[in-house]
Formats: sequence, C-alpha cells, structure tokens
Amino acid sequence: MMIRRGSLRADIGRLMLIAVLLLGGIVMVFPLFWLLSTSLRPAPELLFVPPRLLPEQWTLENYQELFASAPMFTYLWNSIVFAVVSTVFVLLTSTVAGYIFAKFQFPGNNALFILVLATALVPFEVYMVPLFSQMNMLHLVNQPLGLFLPFLVLSYGIFFMRQNTITSVPDELLDAARIDGMGEFGIMLRMVPRLLAPAMSALAILAFIQAWTAFIWPLLILNDPQLFPMELGLSQFANSFSVNFGVTSAGAVFAMLPTLIAFIILRRRIVQGITLTGLKG
Amino acid sequence: MTNPLGAVRRVPPRTWARYRFVAIVLTPVMALFLFLRVVPTAQAFLMSFFEWNLIRPASEFVGLDNYIKLLSDRNFISAFTNTTVFAVATTVLSVGIAFVLAAVLARAVVGRVGAFIELLYFIPVLVPMVPVTLGWREIFNYQNGILNALLGVFGIPKQPWLSDPNMALIAVIILSVWKLIGYNLIILLVGMRAIPREYHEAAAVDGAGAWHQFRYITVPLLAPVTLFVIVITTISSYNVFTQVYVLASDVQGQPGRLVRVIVYDIFENGFRFFKMGYASAEAVYLFLVILALTFIQFRFLRGART
Repeated sequence: MMIRRGSLRADIGRLMLIAVLLLGGIVMVFPLFWLLSTSLRPAPELLFVPPRLLPEQWTLENYQELFASAPMFTYLWNSIVFAVVSTVFVLLTSTVAGYIFAKFQFPGNNALFILVLATALVPFEVYMVPLFSQMNMLHLVNQPLGLFLPFLVLSYGIFFMRQNTITSVPDELLDAARIDGMGEFGIMLRMVPRLLAPAMSALAILAFIQAWTAFIWPLLILNDPQLFPMELGLSQFANSFSVNFGVTSAGAVFAMLPTLIAFIILRRRIVQGITLTGLKG
Repeated sequence: MTNPLGAVRRVPPRTWARYRFVAIVLTPVMALFLFLRVVPTAQAFLMSFFEWNLIRPASEFVGLDNYIKLLSDRNFISAFTNTTVFAVATTVLSVGIAFVLAAVLARAVVGRVGAFIELLYFIPVLVPMVPVTLGWREIFNYQNGILNALLGVFGIPKQPWLSDPNMALIAVIILSVWKLIGYNLIILLVGMRAIPREYHEAAAVDGAGAWHQFRYITVPLLAPVTLFVIVITTISSYNVFTQVYVLASDVQGQPGRLVRVIVYDIFENGFRFFKMGYASAEAVYLFLVILALTFIQFRFLRGART
C-alpha cells in the first residue's frame, strides 16, 4: 500500500478538492433552491436589485395565486395517467416481443428484428410530422389516445428485453416448464417476467421518465388545456403575460416535487435503471 | 420437392403450434409498431420529395426541390448553425467536466462524501426540463437576475442573456451542460470503476504520479465509454427543443424564436406554415446527421475491440 497516513500535504489537498467539488455541487442544486426561494417571496421583493438569497417576508401567496389561476392538479393527474399507461404498455409490448425474438425460431425473425433495430436509430423528431398527419386522419388530434399512442411501444425496449432474455432466461428452464405441461402463454406471462424483473424495472423507469418529461408531442397533438400534462401545462402557464416570477416559480416547484420525492424513495433503482438502459434525458 | 405439401409435412406439429403462438402474440405488437414507427418514418422520406400539406397531401412531386431550397433558406441555415454550435459546445463541456469529475470521484474522493457529491451532481438529470428552465430564466434575467448581480460584484456589466441571440445561445448551452453533467458522470463512473485497481497500484509502484496515471491509464482505457457518451450527447443535443422553446422567446414573446434550432424550424414549417414536405426534407437532413454520428460510434467501437 502506498498510502502515507498522516501526510499533512495530502490531507490538505484532499480537503481542498472536496471543497471545490462541494462548491460545484452547490451550483448544481442552486437553480432548484432559487425556484423555491423565489416562490416564497411577496411580489415587491421580486424586484429587489440585487436579489436576496432568501425572502425577507415569507409568504405562500404565490401558491394561492397559482392554484387559483392554473389547473395544476389536472396537469399532475394527466401526467400520472399518461406515464402509467405508457409504462404498462411499453413493458408489455417490449417483454413479449423481446422474448419472442430471443427464444423462437420462425421465418422472418431476423428481418423483423432488424426492422425494430433500424427504427431505434430514428429519433422521434424526424418522423413527428407524418405521425401527426396520421393522427389527424384518424381524428385523434386533441384526444388522450392520440397523445398516448406513440408512447405505447419503444423500439429500444424491444431490443433491450431481447438482450436480457438471451442472458437471463435459460432454454433448459423453458423446456422443463414445457415438459411439466405449462402452456406457452403461462410460461411467457408468469415465468419469464420473474426472471426478467431487474431488466423490467429498469425499462419501467425509462418508459415512465420518457412519458413524464415528454414535451414536443403533447405540444403538437393537444390544444385543450384540460388535457395538458404537467410539462406542457407549466410552460404554457409560464408564457402567459399575466403572471409574475413568484407564481411561475411556485408552479415549477409544484412540478418538480413528484420527481424529487420519487427520486428520494427510488434513488438506487433509478440510477441503476439509467446506467442499464443508457437513457438520455 | 415436387409436391409442395412435402415441405409442409416435414415441419412437425409442435413447431406449427409454436408458429401459431408467435403469430398470435407478435402480430398486435408488430402492428402497433408498424403503424407508429415504420410507416411514419417511411412517410417522412416520401413526403420530402413532394409538395405536401395537411389538406392536400402529395399534391405535387418535386424531386429534390425541397432539399435544394433548404440549402438557401436563411432560417434553416441559421437553425443548422445554431444547433451545431449548441451540440458541439454542450457535448465538449458536459463530457469534459463529467470526465474530470468522474476521475476524481473514482480515485481521490470516495466513500460517503463521494456518494453525496455524486448525488448533488445527479439531481439536475432527474428534474424535468420545463421547471428547471423556468429557474434558469430567473437567474438569467437582465434587470434583477442573480447572475448579473454576481457578475456586478466582479465589476462585469450586465449581460443581455435572454434578449441577444448570441447570449441566449450561450444561456441555453449553460443550462443544458448543467443538466447533462450528472448523466455523463454516472456513465463514466461505471466505466472508471471497472478499471482494475491493480493497474493504478502497479503504476504507482513504478513511480507514476496522479497525472500520469490519469493520462496513461484512465484516458486510454475509458476511450470506448467516453466515445459512447460523446455520441449520445451529440445526438440528443441535435434534437434540442424544450429548453430553447421555454427559454428563448423573442421580443414579441413568441417562444423558441430567438435561438432557432432545427427541431423548432421543422415544427414551424410543418405546423405553422403546413409545408409538411418541406419540413420532412429538413427532418431527413437531421436524420442524416444523426446517422453519421451513429456510424462513427459503431466504427470506432469495433476498432476499439479488435
């Protein structure tokens, strides 16, 4: 071991390093702190130059005005429904298709899988215009179904579940279950998910975050504020001229709360999910 | 093989049962997939060769006209330039900072303090884009934003962060780098922790200092992971939209106008002017950039393995 215990220079160096890292860390959380602090200021204090770090007079009036002027709980509910529906369907479609591609030989297996892989390379922004006109032809514009549909399948999810089926579902186990007289549907829906639980939870986190943070598709497909999910609702609210920084900050704090709470509870799983799936925010 | 049924008979009944199962299960998923991914993607390419709008689809075949017109369209050129500057700057800064942080957190600052610092840097990744953009919008505010107040302490005059196009681009870059560091950090940390400790210990025995270990062990061994992070950051940066839409409103309060990016331009051509063929040609250009980046990744990753 090369560690020299008690070396004063090394200790001071380490402490300075930690101090710099912590300073950077403060910068990372500062915008969140700033929103919270602004949301608790009375209107006149918003105009202070230079601004103070903390309100001089703490107030909840911004939150009262927020809930009086924007249907924040409707947005929240819409986001929850959207994210849950999307997660359930992505899990179902990805696991089923991934399992079939991994474990069944049939004509066209490879061709279909390559098609899935190829579409995983095309970002949503590239095909959103034709997708919109498709939805328009089906009269799904400004309908919850029109919002949900593109988020029900995930090319990457199919690929991800296929890889995981190959590594964590042994053929011997499937054959043993077949010999025991278990039907194919029983194997797929009751046995396989148990073996794929870690991968499914990673994929669930990915799908949930994707729907929760979706912005451009809701912006295109919806125009009734009663259907807006949180991200869209908040941005439209913040762009209206009638509200001040205090109220928009209160809205932002309200919008961040569910994510922060979920993160505190599920920190390990979320970090693991992100490293496993390579999710990009 | 004269009898066509001969081939069929050779497939055992068990296999037929399997095929039936595959067909029953896979068909609905693939139908959804075809309808939601394959058809629109194919249509994006098709539309790009047509004069196409919502009311009159495929009204006229124009060949490569849309593509050629785009090359002299000032909005598109400005969007393409802005997006490229944004993507390069955001990638270089967010990957660079994350790389140094990861090196420090993997080797020098470990344990509870390290985990806490990691957590602090990761928080921006989790919070959704719109609320944090609103937070930055206040920080960047010209009159009473805290950033200009801070610059004032150092005698630097107030900067028009959100009203000058160049400054607004810088503001969007700062916000995006801030949001991305934590993600890149996590991925790079996983890679760095996979480097066996023995390498560093052996190098230390041979008298290599921290810098030499970083330069000759960490950097080369982490090249594939770093490339992965660089490529996906660049790809996601080319698709930038939300933060620009929320942050960079022009003088009339029109969102997303001040810093024009490719996705915004597609959005405007497609859904404000309903020039859907034109917008699709633009989307194909975007796709080509992303395809090129993906190929670079595969090329180099294969090179790294052999």
